[in-house]
Amino acid sequence: MQIYLPIAELSVNIFLFLGMGAGVGFLSGLFGVGGGFLMTPLLIFAGIPPAVAVATEANQIVASSVSGALAHWRRGNVDIKIGVVLLIGGFFGSTFGVWVFGLLRGLGQIDLVIRLCYVVFLGIIGALMLVESLRAISRQRKPGGKRRKLHQHNWLHGLPFKMRFRRSKLYISALLPLGIGVLVGILAAIMGVGGGFIMVPAMIYLLGMPTSMVVGTSLFQIIFVTANVTFLQAWQNQTVDIFLALLLMTGGVIGAQFGTRAGARLPGEQLRGMLALIVLGVCARLAYELLARPDDVFSIGAMMGHG
Amino acid sequence: MRVGLQGSASYPLGRQLGSCLLLAALLLGFGRQALAQAVVADLSDHLIAVTTGFDGAELLLFGAIEGDAADIIVVVRGPSEEIVVRRKERIGGIWINNHKLVFDGVPAFYWQASTRPLEAITSDRILARHGIGLEHIRMTSQKGENGDPATFREALIRNKMRLGLYPEANGQVTLLGNKLFRSDIFFPSNVPTGSYAVTVYLLRKGKVISAQTTPLTVSKIGLGAWVYAFAHRHSIFYGIGAIAMALFAGWFAGAVAKRA
Repeated sequence: MQIYLPIAELSVNIFLFLGMGAGVGFLSGLFGVGGGFLMTPLLIFAGIPPAVAVATEANQIVASSVSGALAHWRRGNVDIKIGVVLLIGGFFGSTFGVWVFGLLRGLGQIDLVIRLCYVVFLGIIGALMLVESLRAISRQRKPGGKRRKLHQHNWLHGLPFKMRFRRSKLYISALLPLGIGVLVGILAAIMGVGGGFIMVPAMIYLLGMPTSMVVGTSLFQIIFVTANVTFLQAWQNQTVDIFLALLLMTGGVIGAQFGTRAGARLPGEQLRGMLALIVLGVCARLAYELLARPDDVFSIGAMMGHG
Repeated sequence: MRVGLQGSASYPLGRQLGSCLLLAALLLGFGRQALAQAVVADLSDHLIAVTTGFDGAELLLFGAIEGDAADIIVVVRGPSEEIVVRRKERIGGIWINNHKLVFDGVPAFYWQASTRPLEAITSDRILARHGIGLEHIRMTSQKGENGDPATFREALIRNKMRLGLYPEANGQVTLLGNKLFRSDIFFPSNVPTGSYAVTVYLLRKGKVISAQTTPLTVSKIGLGAWVYAFAHRHSIFYGIGAIAMALFAGWFAGAVAKRA
């Protein structure tokens, strides 16, 4: 069964895209990640124009992060104060990111930058996660390993504008969450991701937030940042396809339910190792496309009115 | 020319001569009309409606010719657009778009069909004059400092072919009893919207005797069209609507999950 996507301007198979939504939804339910970093490359591989893929995926992430954030909210795992500081940064970052996105699209370099960002960030995060989970697994095997400190003190704690975040039991410079918010906002706009895969490690290792608060707070921030990206992309670039977004949301909701149930039955560290391998796999595929000689060194595109 | 002769008809002294000339002019005009009507063609539909369930369309082109055996060439040209062609180069191990050339007046869609292979019908010169055949598509390139425009032009056509917008295969025009002809035109699901021109060329002994152009419109219709128009005309409200939809979907999914 085909459906014509009015903004992407092509006809796609409904079940293929519902299935993609369900598959990525399953993985995100399983691993507790947003899935944007998997969905956007998949959409591009499936022939959706990158600009539409990135903007529409931002719209879908609004939906998936709302349901995730609500669940964490009920359990009291959202630090609103630090979340608001993060999202102020995220607002500036994503607005700047959408502007850069339009600029790069006009220069014909947006595909390259999207891919480069993916390769760099997925490579780093995937490698870190893999090392971490391998270590954790080996630590489990020989008990009595030394306990880690709550967080290390370094030069980051010497920054000005210190604020107290009671919920997370932190007294740190507001510049830190603000800066993380800006960076993640830029990435959200350019890569079509929520940025959880960057923000969560940054919140744990840079801010020293308690792990229980991290996921709920990052989801809270992601709602607003991806909503801002959706709005700006729709307004300035007209690249949000709500038909495509609806297909992905529907598939994603169903897949996430099964994923969450399956995830409860699997051991955490093995899960993390598997996720790391998936992340590195996507990274390798994108890196190959950058490095290998393309089938056709020429490509065409429509001239943009405001490019 | 006809107007000029009619003008002379109102000249009082040469009234008789004038009416003679008028008659001649009418005959001449009629003759020319008859020439233009050496081929008549029409499409089974002049509108391709791109609806939500759109999955490509097939149209029937049909018509009749006058006189002896002849060849027919049908060319479908989409609305013209501006296309930028980019060439990647390896810089620091990575393939990066480095050179570009902009082409204007590029038909968004191009399809042709003929009774026989083009090279059997007429010369390359005639085909070029009428812009028939992929290698003769008319487009203008901005003067680029980036090397050879011909390779960029070839690349444009190659990419359009890959997208299915310049279907490679030469379509078939079937002649029935040297009088009637028909051809099936297929439009892919990614067919660009806009005004199309379907031109039927009648050739005898390698010369174009007559040509007739029929308009065709490809237009988004229904819900999809409404969404597209809304997204472009009221993009702020479209953006707000998209967010509202996502918020509701997320809340709904969360509520259902909680109950389950």
